[in-house]
Amino acid sequence: MEEVVIDAKDMHYKELNEKIHEVLRKNPDVKKIILKNVLGQRFIGTGLQKKDLTIEIYGIPGGDLGMFMNGPTIIVHGNAEFAPGNTMDDGTIVIYGSSGDVTAHSMRGGKVFVRGDVGYRSGIHMKAYKDKIPVLVIGGRAKDFLGEYMAGGIIIVLNIDEKGNDLGKVKGRMIGTGIHGGAIYIRGDVDRDQLGVAADIKEFTKEDLEKIKPYIEEFCKWFNLSEDVKNRLLNSKWTKIAPISKRPFGKLYTPDLM
Amino acid sequence: MIPSYVPPKYKVEVDPNKCMLCERCTIECSWGVHRREGDRIISYSNRCGACHRCVAMCPRDAITIKENAISWRSHPLWDIDARADIYNQAKTGCILLSGMGNAKEHPIYFDKIVLDACQVTNPSIDPLREPMELRTYIGKKPKQLEFDFVEEEIDGKKIKKAKLKTKIAPNLKLDTPIMIAHMSYGALSLNAHLSFAKAVKECGTFMGTGEGGLPKPLYPYADHIITQVASGRFGVNEEYLMKGAAIEIKIGQGAKPGIGGHLPGEKVTAEISATRMIPEGSDAISPAPHHDIYSIEDLAQLVRSLKEATRWKKPVFVKIAAVHNAPAIAVGIATSDADAVVIDGYRGGTGAAPKVFRDHVGIPIEMAIAAVDQRLREEGLRNEISIIASGGIRCSADVFKAIALGADAVYIGTAAMVALGCRVCGRCYTGLCAWGIATQKPELVKRLDPEVGAKRVANLIKAWTHEIKELLGAAGINSIESLRGNRDRLRGVGLNEKELEVLGIKAAGE
Repeated sequence: MEEVVIDAKDMHYKELNEKIHEVLRKNPDVKKIILKNVLGQRFIGTGLQKKDLTIEIYGIPGGDLGMFMNGPTIIVHGNAEFAPGNTMDDGTIVIYGSSGDVTAHSMRGGKVFVRGDVGYRSGIHMKAYKDKIPVLVIGGRAKDFLGEYMAGGIIIVLNIDEKGNDLGKVKGRMIGTGIHGGAIYIRGDVDRDQLGVAADIKEFTKEDLEKIKPYIEEFCKWFNLSEDVKNRLLNSKWTKIAPISKRPFGKLYTPDLM
Repeated sequence: MIPSYVPPKYKVEVDPNKCMLCERCTIECSWGVHRREGDRIISYSNRCGACHRCVAMCPRDAITIKENAISWRSHPLWDIDARADIYNQAKTGCILLSGMGNAKEHPIYFDKIVLDACQVTNPSIDPLREPMELRTYIGKKPKQLEFDFVEEEIDGKKIKKAKLKTKIAPNLKLDTPIMIAHMSYGALSLNAHLSFAKAVKECGTFMGTGEGGLPKPLYPYADHIITQVASGRFGVNEEYLMKGAAIEIKIGQGAKPGIGGHLPGEKVTAEISATRMIPEGSDAISPAPHHDIYSIEDLAQLVRSLKEATRWKKPVFVKIAAVHNAPAIAVGIATSDADAVVIDGYRGGTGAAPKVFRDHVGIPIEMAIAAVDQRLREEGLRNEISIIASGGIRCSADVFKAIALGADAVYIGTAAMVALGCRVCGRCYTGLCAWGIATQKPELVKRLDPEVGAKRVANLIKAWTHEIKELLGAAGINSIESLRGNRDRLRGVGLNEKELEVLGIKAAGE
């Protein structure tokens, strides 16, 4: 059996998640699990390790979707609650609606695509290690403190509405507060006074465009955006926000030997 | 450059009559105190932190370290430390860093509490002949046990057998109520961690990883290791969570309540980077709050997410610093599916903390244990959750008193390091520990032999365990279970009424 459907109606989160584990135990070959009538159940996909598995969710999953996940793809046909992709190692989360605060919190690898907006403190403490570069692509906008304490990875804000039209200048404040690794790419202009401490606006180069291009293409593919929209996104003005230093608070403390 | 106005704290002297110019001290001192010049050793006292490495290693016993008896104008308010700190901050404009725990002369309540012993009417027990039960289970306990009675046929006879219906949550099984506290790989060397890991395995107890992840060489000891999840989530992935015997969420730390951790980039070596899963040379910042916790409900969510990730098979602890509202937080923790609350008092050590926090924030662990235990009892939750106390446990009597005040078990940190040779010099944050404990410099790390270190730590735990058995016997008790929260076995000496009330103990003579 390659595809299994679970009706999550009125199901407690523990029961639903246990069902998913049971399906995986009984059918090691399962490629797709479809969850119907999901309503706030938390921790879906938490800790799952299977690379060739897709979980499709119809409804609204609860917090910590795909936490500590390593490999699977989760597609949400609806909004998601807070912290999807929390401390995720690898895999892909695709959200057709918007997601809550701390989206992609401490994510270490994999990709999160959100078609709509994300809440406060998204991408917080995202970190990279060797070949693991986490990526968060936001279709709409992010609330304040985007990429706070960011230690690695890539955050891309496309700044478009559901039809693909420009949303105008981003309004988020305190962007990249305490950032000491990785980079935030925002389509359009960002003022310096929108940045948090330790963040800086850097020149957006050709290399940067090459770096973000595959993720924008993948975003357009997931959400079925036209070639026109894709080309407009790629040919827009981008602002790159990156750390001033790898050691933002290095000078705050007494030197070793005085 | 602004000059330092602070005179050396210690005076180092090498007796030229005893010194044979072997230059051992010049090699041993990682702070660069000693240097050979011609036919004598010159010592720069201002670099000395009294770590005693040179003294311990000098083959001729030629080195003396004294407190520098230089005169300061004495003043009851403006003591030497207050003035020295101002000189240093006037020089640098920086936050003062420090290591170890609170170094102020606050009252040590453990020393103002005495223990009870039996005499004729209620006889004491001889632990040399009688078994003493020190086994402790840390984790959730059911409110009550329910059984199913099933009829079975054995040898043609129908017998009613009781089968446990209540699902027992996973618990940690400790042979002694002493565990080794969370100290991160990064703050401590790998050899220090290996020493602890081997020791806890031998003693049937557990150690914590701290927030630095679990280095691969510790994997063989993983079933004696409690992994930690701090706000930085360093090294935290599914494998890490599954490896350990239990998981601890660090909310607060006794040495620095209310603030986060920070391992400076220059200490993030290749090995540290691999364990923490961050690039080499990058700062490892654990911000003050967990970014996904802004309420007690959020905390419950993190507890449950860790349980979910480990399929509800591992106990989850929550560590908080001892602060005045610790009892209310503990109630929240107890209702969150957590299995144990860890309370860390203000004497709890650290690799690095702003000095102002180390010395001025938090409350004594003795008060916190008593208050948390009392509040959990009042709420009817004490039976369901374990209490682990840490921060300034120096001897078996402290362990005993902590348990009598209401703890299930204790964590020892500084004491375990002292067993390895640590002199409590308080300069862990420099990463130059000459004893190879709080350092990552390979030439210093190798000074600590993990086999010898493990023996020393295991000896300490065993010695305390023997002493606890003796103390139990003297109190006429043969099980640690009967000591827990048994405050009638304690009396206060030199404490005021309010202090006695908070501790929940009577005054001596009562």
